[in-house]
Amino acid sequence: MKLKEAAKKEERLTGGHRLCSGCGAGTVVRLVMRASDNPAVVGCSTGCLEVSTTIYPYTAWEDSFIHNAFENVAATISGVESAYRSLRNQGKMDEDFDFIAIGGDGGSYDIGFQSLSGAMERGHDMVYLCYDNGAYMNTGIQRSSATPKGANTTTSPAGEVIPGKQQYRKELTDIMAAHNIPYVAQASPFKPQDLMKKAKKAFETEGPAFLNVLAPCPRGWRSKAEEGIELTKIAADTCFWPLFEVENGEWKLNYNPKAKKPITDWLEPQGRFKHLFKPENEGLIEEIQEHVDERWETILHRCGEE
Amino acid sequence: MSNQVALTGNEVMAQAMRQINPDVVAAYPITPQTAMVQLFSQFVADGKVDTEYVTVESEHSAMSATVGASAAGSRAMTATAANGLALMWEVLYIASGTRLPIVMPVVNRALSGPINIHCDHSDAMGARDSGWIQFFAENGQEAYDNAIQAVRISEHEDVRLPSIVNLDGFIISHAVENLEILADEDVEEFVGDYQADNYLLNSEDPIAVGPLDLQDFYFEHKMQQAVAASNVKDVVLEVAKEYEEISGREYGLFEEYKLDDAEVAVVALGSTTGTAKAAVDNLREQGVKAGLLKIRLYRPFPAEEIANALKDLDAVAILDRADTFSTTGGPVYIDTRAALYDSDADLEVVNYVYGLGGRDIKVEEIESVFEDLQQIAETGNVEQKINYLGVRE
Repeated sequence: MKLKEAAKKEERLTGGHRLCSGCGAGTVVRLVMRASDNPAVVGCSTGCLEVSTTIYPYTAWEDSFIHNAFENVAATISGVESAYRSLRNQGKMDEDFDFIAIGGDGGSYDIGFQSLSGAMERGHDMVYLCYDNGAYMNTGIQRSSATPKGANTTTSPAGEVIPGKQQYRKELTDIMAAHNIPYVAQASPFKPQDLMKKAKKAFETEGPAFLNVLAPCPRGWRSKAEEGIELTKIAADTCFWPLFEVENGEWKLNYNPKAKKPITDWLEPQGRFKHLFKPENEGLIEEIQEHVDERWETILHRCGEE
Repeated sequence: MSNQVALTGNEVMAQAMRQINPDVVAAYPITPQTAMVQLFSQFVADGKVDTEYVTVESEHSAMSATVGASAAGSRAMTATAANGLALMWEVLYIASGTRLPIVMPVVNRALSGPINIHCDHSDAMGARDSGWIQFFAENGQEAYDNAIQAVRISEHEDVRLPSIVNLDGFIISHAVENLEILADEDVEEFVGDYQADNYLLNSEDPIAVGPLDLQDFYFEHKMQQAVAASNVKDVVLEVAKEYEEISGREYGLFEEYKLDDAEVAVVALGSTTGTAKAAVDNLREQGVKAGLLKIRLYRPFPAEEIANALKDLDAVAILDRADTFSTTGGPVYIDTRAALYDSDADLEVVNYVYGLGGRDIKVEEIESVFEDLQQIAETGNVEQKINYLGVRE
């Protein structure tokens, strides 16, 4: 999809929503929705995007929207999609619809994981979009299973004894690929065409499709609001957030940085990793680098790029 | 044309669901509801219904998907029991607060722990303040009739609230009963086509369901819900009248069994009311003026009508198949005492918690309750307000 062409399409998430300055969720959603050619039913799990876009009596959504609870957006949209299929099969409806469930990393990796897994396994014709900002930002930056190792969050604080989050992040995209659904992709807003192309594939897929998109959160990352998109590029250049897709089981790498940058390029501009640069935490940065390297080798191997 | 059939409670509820022919059913199997959804999925597999059956991975997702399907504009149902209902708890409030006319059979079973699969009402009672309409049934026939009427009641424009149709686990769900089911076309005509006013699958007029509702509107929306709940009684009676025309069976908010001239009575719900009728009959033969009030509509609670029906008694015992652990008695006892407070009644009200975890209740035990009541009526002395019936000390 050409940017020029995409820019001409009507906004599906209008301005006037109350997301923070520099929040990646709005950017990601607007890019994804540009790839939809049908009226949509949008579902949101409880979280930043939900509380900021539909405050009664207002809505920033041009499409029908449903919020049910935190952990059940996938189940909720699977109910909507089933209603559509039923009414269509009965000849009570002939219009085409797109169905998209959106959750943050909390609603997708953690509390909504079961609901997501169930909906994908059942094969509903829907897109699931996770905007991953790496913590429960809506409730004030608590760690999630998507939080990177070492990050300082309000429930994995960097203290005198414990230097931030102790665990590596969970690879949700891989887990979704292991569901053997037709389309799974990991994307990033610094490559808008790649993101929109993936969203288009996701909407056009018959059956379930899963998109995991990195979304900067200046509040939680302790980073500059105006540098969010640049940070998502650094995430790809350091191979912290590789861009790839799994189409009918085929892994494909979508971005191979010309020169792989050290992980410190990703860690340094973010206040949540500040404590890692203390002399006593030097080994931790090395460990994180090793983990990223291993992960990158795995991705390259899976994508046949060795 | 109705049919005389011999079916279990689960089987007849599956038949009711087949005849209602909902657009979507999202359900998760749980003992003792399992046979109901198994049978229904067979109807789906055999093309007997137009339903999309969503084989969700939990009851939380069952209720969540049902909410999605109902908000989308379709007629949606689910069914559950016990821990399944407890797992739905969060979404029960969302379904009623979003004013979705979902109908859900609940096969009553004790809540864990300790784990137990048999009948009591602790599951339904946990949902008593969730904003769902709740019906109780003495037998499979009533559960079937309640299910079909619940569709009309929930979808009524003055109501738009979801309904739980309770039936006692095993005692009703697994016992074969001789009962009458209506002709398919009669049910089809009675429930009619469902057309929501505002729904997600309307691209001409998109809507936002479940937005963040803060201090300036939430209370008004809850007030509207309270008004809807207060409309339920009239609608229940109106629908019952129409249902009587096609079924020949009469329904009210509750049934008064030999209560007219009674001096002592018990109040109960569910299958125990059948046992209580036998006890009443035995006592009547002995010349005791015994009666029974069998609650059909438990939520919203028809307080005024129940108080009115009980006010001339000398003493009444409330049988509760669930405890509240509040030390103030079972839920039906608390509701009934509160209802009587505003009436001009002058009678003693006592409570018997019984049958927890499927403990059998016998005719003789209910007769012993009547003996206690007679004693109270004669002496005016109540030794103990809250009693536990049929339990080893």
